[in-house]
Amino acid sequence: MVSALSIENLEKTYDNGFQALKGIDLKVEPGDFFALLGPNGAGKSTTIGVISSLVRKSGGKVRIFGVDTDQDFPGAKQLLGVVPQEFNFGQFEKIYDIIVTQAGFYGLPRKLAEERTEKYLRQLGLWEKRNDVARTLSGGMKRRLMIARALVHEPRLLILDEPTAGVDIELRRSMWEFLQEINAQGTTIILTTHYLEEAESLCRNIAIIDKGEIVENTSIKSLLKTLSREVFILDSRDALPASPDFAGYEGRVLDDHSLEVVVEKGQSLNRFFSSLAEQEIEIVSMRNKANRLEELFVALVKSGQEES
Amino acid sequence: MNSAQIWISFKTIVRREIRRFMRIWPQTLLPPAITMSLYFVIFGTLIGSRIGQMGGFDYMQFVVPGLIMMAVITNSYSNVVSSFYSAKFQRSVEELLVSPTPNWVILSGYVFGGVCRGLAVGLIVTILSLFFSKLQVSHLGLTIAIVLMTSIFFSLAGFINAVFANSFDDISIIPTFVLTPLTYLGGVFYSIDLLSPFWQAVSKLNPVLYMVNAFRYGILGVSDINIAWAFAGMLVFIIVLVAVCLHLMEHGKRLRH
Repeated sequence: MVSALSIENLEKTYDNGFQALKGIDLKVEPGDFFALLGPNGAGKSTTIGVISSLVRKSGGKVRIFGVDTDQDFPGAKQLLGVVPQEFNFGQFEKIYDIIVTQAGFYGLPRKLAEERTEKYLRQLGLWEKRNDVARTLSGGMKRRLMIARALVHEPRLLILDEPTAGVDIELRRSMWEFLQEINAQGTTIILTTHYLEEAESLCRNIAIIDKGEIVENTSIKSLLKTLSREVFILDSRDALPASPDFAGYEGRVLDDHSLEVVVEKGQSLNRFFSSLAEQEIEIVSMRNKANRLEELFVALVKSGQEES
Repeated sequence: MNSAQIWISFKTIVRREIRRFMRIWPQTLLPPAITMSLYFVIFGTLIGSRIGQMGGFDYMQFVVPGLIMMAVITNSYSNVVSSFYSAKFQRSVEELLVSPTPNWVILSGYVFGGVCRGLAVGLIVTILSLFFSKLQVSHLGLTIAIVLMTSIFFSLAGFINAVFANSFDDISIIPTFVLTPLTYLGGVFYSIDLLSPFWQAVSKLNPVLYMVNAFRYGILGVSDINIAWAFAGMLVFIIVLVAVCLHLMEHGKRLRH
């Protein structure tokens, strides 16, 4: 089966000598919801730039659904939709005009362009704002405008660069639902994000890029399995004793009503809860201290820094 | 993209360009109408009546073709330079760059947009000139051809300026320090017969002189220069500018890193 995105030995060296990409390889399968993570300056945006033609590569191959960008970039671009990190639409244009115009750039006849514009503006809750000038929109609306614009030619591969940056929680959730919906309908999605919770809940596969190299490329499940330990925070109904017995587990009291416990991979929590019950400590809630993916991400990037 | 899709894309760019300059008509269409009306009143009626004849015609008749051409030149140039630089500044140019639209279609769309504004303003100025002078066109085909070529030439030049510009200051430097002097010294207001042989020779290095005189020949039937040379020269310049524009889009680092 042909990959939705295939990147082989992709290199980019800027004129000042900075090597942004050091020969990365990446494959994203059709229908996938894929996360591309990395710290600032790792090479995520350069990779997206090369795929979308805004950045010229120094070497390597990029194929979108088998279409080689060296041989048929226009053909590859027809299959691709990009939502950039920064707002890049005409600030003085009407929302409706921005979407219809973008459809025209992909050769869609006017009638079809108008139908699709209505469809996506409605789906993204912007139809009532269609005659508003883009610069008057809120940050969240501007993000949704860029998603509608990227979808108007109905690409098979959609790349979103930090789509929920600066978006409030409620809107972020609704955008997640929308993205999951179009992914379920068959659109392959690649997402870069700083919200690791977002990657964990939306994506099936993940690549972590650091200093222009892919340091991890696997499924989210496999990656989470490599966690050696997890830290949980537990809240008690009543005030905790000054020095509760942790039954051999590593832990500490955080305040009057909460404590923290470290659980090694494969270790059971039963004994710990039995010990708490014996001490008449009633636990009313429990949660992960940190996002699990975040821990792995930090560990991977940190190990890269130590090696270099 | 197939030819039908390319045509749609081209039309989309042109439609957006026309929509842009029509939306801001108080900045794009009104000022040249006011400025040229003042030129007609001051140079044509008030001063022109004291000058007498120029090149065998009333001064007003002589100056009208030059003023029309001046309006076409400045508006074609400024439409493309301001529109494309604004798109670069707001990064909305990326909408086009990530699309499958070929570079030559992007260039054609912007240039055609510049030509549309140049011709729209040229038409407004022509209509205004009818209040001050009779206008008889001697060679209609030649007049249309020369105004089109001039508009294309300056639209292309505006595009190059926009590609290199890094700030809004950069898009006003060329019009102020290059375009305006060339236009004023390009035989809009006088015949180069009035100049000494040395300054006549210097004037003949000015491409605007050929455009203005070729246009004047189309309308009045008189010219200071050889019309065939004017056409050939403009054609060569247009081809060179097209090649430069496409090279900048294909290989330049100002639009794609």
